[in-house]
Amino acid sequence: MNFLSKAATVAALLALAACNNADRFGAGGANGLGGPGAMAGAGGVTAGALDPSSPAYFNQTVGDRVLFANDQSTLSDAARSTLAGQARWLNTNPAYTAIIEGHADEKGTREYNLALGERRANAARDFLVSQGVSSARLRTVTYGKERPIEVCSTEACYAQNRRAVTVIASGLTS
Amino acid sequence: MTKLSLLKIACAALLVGAAPLSAIAQEPLRIEITEGVIEPLPFALPTLVAENPAAQEWAERVTQVIADDLVGTGLFRRIPNDAFVAQITEFTPSITYANWKAINAQALITGAISVDGDQLNVKFRLFDVFSEAPLGEGLQFGGTTQSWRRMAHKVADAVYSRITGETGYFDSRVVFVSEAGPKNQREKRLAVMDYDGANVQYLTDAASIVLAPRFSPTGDRILYTSYETGFPQIYQLDVGNVSRVSLPVPAESMTFAPRYAPDGQTVIFSAAMGGNTDIFRLRPGGGPEKLTNAPSIETAPSYSPDGSQIVFESDRSGTPQLYIMDANGGEPRRISFGQGRYGTPVWSPRGDLIAFTKQNEGRFHIGVMRTDGSEERLLTASFLDEGPTWAPNGRVLMFTRESAGAEGQPALYSVDISGRNLRKVPTPQSASDPAWSPLLP
Repeated sequence: MNFLSKAATVAALLALAACNNADRFGAGGANGLGGPGAMAGAGGVTAGALDPSSPAYFNQTVGDRVLFANDQSTLSDAARSTLAGQARWLNTNPAYTAIIEGHADEKGTREYNLALGERRANAARDFLVSQGVSSARLRTVTYGKERPIEVCSTEACYAQNRRAVTVIASGLTS
Repeated sequence: MTKLSLLKIACAALLVGAAPLSAIAQEPLRIEITEGVIEPLPFALPTLVAENPAAQEWAERVTQVIADDLVGTGLFRRIPNDAFVAQITEFTPSITYANWKAINAQALITGAISVDGDQLNVKFRLFDVFSEAPLGEGLQFGGTTQSWRRMAHKVADAVYSRITGETGYFDSRVVFVSEAGPKNQREKRLAVMDYDGANVQYLTDAASIVLAPRFSPTGDRILYTSYETGFPQIYQLDVGNVSRVSLPVPAESMTFAPRYAPDGQTVIFSAAMGGNTDIFRLRPGGGPEKLTNAPSIETAPSYSPDGSQIVFESDRSGTPQLYIMDANGGEPRRISFGQGRYGTPVWSPRGDLIAFTKQNEGRFHIGVMRTDGSEERLLTASFLDEGPTWAPNGRVLMFTRESAGAEGQPALYSVDISGRNLRKVPTPQSASDPAWSPLLP
């Protein structure tokens, strides 16, 4: 890969990150812990390169989210692979904590989806802990179906909404 | 034949005099609500007689609300006033029944209204035209002009009650979540309104996600879930002064789906921790007590009206289904056995039925079943219907209906328990998660 195509890739990833960011941290998101301010402050992303110890690198290169099958909280092989990468990053960047958000698609009742989102967030958390990440650095939150990232009502969107997102925050959880 | 008496109520606040019903007519005017398709009962409601000039404007407004309440049930049809062959210009117990038979009015409602400063006085009588007899005694309601809608609802409740034999539900409120903004950044605020969408008041701002409010049995407090700490947690809000407190919940848990016991003090809710959601109880002065203990999801609990049992939703069988357990916990018994997934069970205030959300073959339904799971009936079908709440008389359900797609928005609908009279409830913005109050005192 030459320099230009690398730069183009980085630019594309940055654009994607901005898009994800706007979607994920809507009003009422996890305020204070892992909010956009924390991410921007810790990110330090400048033109040309992603610092491997930055949350931006975590979000874009490691991958901040894993997806689930309908009504499931079981981790797929792909999800385990992503989470293993997350664990490596967290283990080499011990100053960061994380909140794992569990989400569901809209095909379920509000109450059930809150419980399902918690199951998903916890499945991701348990895997990170199994990979050596201290449980004291991790918190989980469920959003149920309250914060879809895709808004269409088709399976393509639902598949993206059934997710656990690891949101990196700086500093220890109080 | 019968002496009509007007009960005089003197009080600053709105008060209601409940006169005893007298059995007068041979074949009393009657609607059986539980029957299937029925022909709406035609009634005449001449504009209330204004007993002083200042009352004229109020007469028209109060009359309209009474008519809207009755017609809105789908059980009654108002005969237009321009079809009348006679006018009511005086509030008197003597009625020329032939004038009302001529236009096929089965019921005639007459009334009068007077205003004195900010005090309104409303009286009414109900007549069974074909039996040529009053149905019940005259009633009188007094209150401030601010509570004019409540007085109209009280009149409509009395008429409904005398004709159906059921208590009414018009003088009631609904707490709900008012929604605005795109689907992925919805702003949500708690709001209360009259059952018909009037008098909306907002109880929270849009700073945090709020979910699923529930009235206390006395209507003075509301339980709800808020994300104000960044995590879902249950709160109790005092409707009078709009102050709120968090409740003592299990450490390290996320809590949601709260609901009051019939005693108005005990609260049940779901707490999620460590990948598992169970049902907990909070009794006055106590800490959280775990009522279910299973690795499956247990949520959406609702008490029986006598407080002895709890119906809830669990996926212990592999899919969400409805279960009933003793109010102190113990082994639950499954009651839903149809196709599909069942959730959000709510016990009827009459005790006879459980309303629920059902998901089957890509559609959502609001339905009812008996408490043993028999006689399941689906009342609605759409892309997404959920979260039924009972009218205080157990005859009507309100619920959330959300439309599909990127522009999808939720709205409140009501339907009666025979599946008739599906109606959209007007709200200023999109709305979800309705919870009906008890009938107001």
